[in-house]
Amino acid sequence: MAQTRREMLIDPLVDNNPITLQVLGICSALAVTSSLQVAFVMALAVTFVTAFSSMFISMLRNHIPGSIRIIVQMVVIASLVIVVDQFLKAYAFQISKTLSVFVGLIITNCIVMGRAEAFAMKNTPVASFIDGIGNGLGYGLILMLVGVIRELFGSGSLFGITIFETVNNGGWYVPNGLLLLPPSAFFIIGLIIWGFRSWKPAQVEEREYKIQTVEGH
Amino acid sequence: MGLRNFFDRIEPNFLKGGKWERYFPMYEMVESFIYTPKTVTTAAPHARSYVDMKRIMTYVVLATIPAILIGLWNTGYQVNTAMETLGASGWRASLLEGLGIGLNAANPFANFMHGLLYFLPIYITTLVVGGIWEVLFATVRRHEVNEGFLVTSMLFALIMPPDAPLWQVALGISFGVVIGKEVFGGTGKNFLNPALTGRAFLYFAYPANMSGETIWTPVDGFSGATNLAVAASDGYQEIIVRGGSWMDSFLGFVQGSIGETSTLAIFIGLAFLLITKIANWRLVVGCLAGMIAFSSLLNFIGSDTNPMFNVPWYWHLVMGGYAFGLVFMVTEPVSASHTNMGRFIYGALIGFMVVMIRVINPAFPEGMMLAILFGNVFAPLIDHFVVQANIRRRARRNV
Repeated sequence: MAQTRREMLIDPLVDNNPITLQVLGICSALAVTSSLQVAFVMALAVTFVTAFSSMFISMLRNHIPGSIRIIVQMVVIASLVIVVDQFLKAYAFQISKTLSVFVGLIITNCIVMGRAEAFAMKNTPVASFIDGIGNGLGYGLILMLVGVIRELFGSGSLFGITIFETVNNGGWYVPNGLLLLPPSAFFIIGLIIWGFRSWKPAQVEEREYKIQTVEGH
Repeated sequence: MGLRNFFDRIEPNFLKGGKWERYFPMYEMVESFIYTPKTVTTAAPHARSYVDMKRIMTYVVLATIPAILIGLWNTGYQVNTAMETLGASGWRASLLEGLGIGLNAANPFANFMHGLLYFLPIYITTLVVGGIWEVLFATVRRHEVNEGFLVTSMLFALIMPPDAPLWQVALGISFGVVIGKEVFGGTGKNFLNPALTGRAFLYFAYPANMSGETIWTPVDGFSGATNLAVAASDGYQEIIVRGGSWMDSFLGFVQGSIGETSTLAIFIGLAFLLITKIANWRLVVGCLAGMIAFSSLLNFIGSDTNPMFNVPWYWHLVMGGYAFGLVFMVTEPVSASHTNMGRFIYGALIGFMVVMIRVINPAFPEGMMLAILFGNVFAPLIDHFVVQANIRRRARRNV
């Protein structure tokens, strides 16, 4: 790996973003972004789990037999997720209830698994830790972007603080109900990917088909 | 002709190397709107036909005219009738009284004008906002501005409730044109119906303005449910108890979106589309058969708790957006299946789904919009299996 530590941290934010480029971790991005507070906690949790699971797996990488490596990775990740879950239940019970099953589902988040398999198994613990932080932040960045759009236009507030007074409370803003439904995150993430790829054309994938052209005469 | 000369004179500016080269799509739009498009196919294969895209789209717009006329009259009729008891309100009423047209519900012209005052702002908003997106994408992506947008905008305006806020209309058509069509490459590449995509967006985003009892006749204090909502809550017999009839529903003298109430007017449009072969009859037959078969099955099964089970097929036909969707949305050639067998299946799937959503889904009384979008998504898959079946059949023939 010729990457410097700095690149490991910065790269996953835009150039190699786990959501917009690798299109991983979409499920939780749909489910937890209707309010910013929840999205923020989720981003923190995933960053924590990705960073520490990558570090521990990297420490163990020379002792893990190839045939059962996925199981070992899962054990490490699952233990960390349980720690996060218990921590949230103890210190942020309300948020833990809103996040409900999605904390537990961090185990199945493709980003965590993907970094363990693709990076941590081949790199040193410190590099893996930084890589995990970077990918967690890249995930968090998109989560926060989507969360801002959904909470601001869906309920007229940010972090629960009212920005646009909604009609029901005597204000002028008519909240957009679609944005509170999970499918809206699909559109928003799609538009964000569109924006990213227009900004950085190198991210555009090659077409799977080729349009045949016939010579005119 | 002066106009032709004008176009010929300014055309070089828009061609390659001209000073307004970037804006060629806009020039092309205006020119081909007025004259026959000059574009000819240069590469094989050549299919000769007098029917081009412009003609198809114009015919569809022509076919909506009966629905528009009756829809405008009905909107005005409902409003004027409600105003007789609740009193006149709003700028439209003041304007009509000022012009001396009045608000007499017995006067067809007064009704028509009142309906027009509701329809025009919606239609103009649709045209302007959708048109801006259309021209923007055409200019940036260098494709033509297509007559298809005339159809999309007309259909979109006709499936709006009369009192839809104009900013919501603008948002809806933006979503429909951009997400429903342009991101996939424009007219001819849209796998969803753009007008319905926009309508579905509004339906989920602003349910209070797109469904309910107070939006169909926009008079303060008026509340009137659509026949479909009545049938869903109290059974279709209740429609007659409340003074309605099947004939009223068929002719279009009921609550509903602007253009979708009159099944008769819509079927006149259907006849025109079928005779000119713009609409494929297989789609229509499939959709009717699916609806009739599944609603009859549900009638047979019956239910004590859900009154929608007992609604017979001829009521399904005249309620809600079924007829409008059947004639103008199901038959849309791009988003439908492209094989003949596939067209039957596609139509039947939509007919089945519309009854399914109306009857068995408790959340949405209206199912046509969602059923068609559902069908749109499945159309390529249906085609795939039809083509595969054909290949297997022919392979067996030549062992």
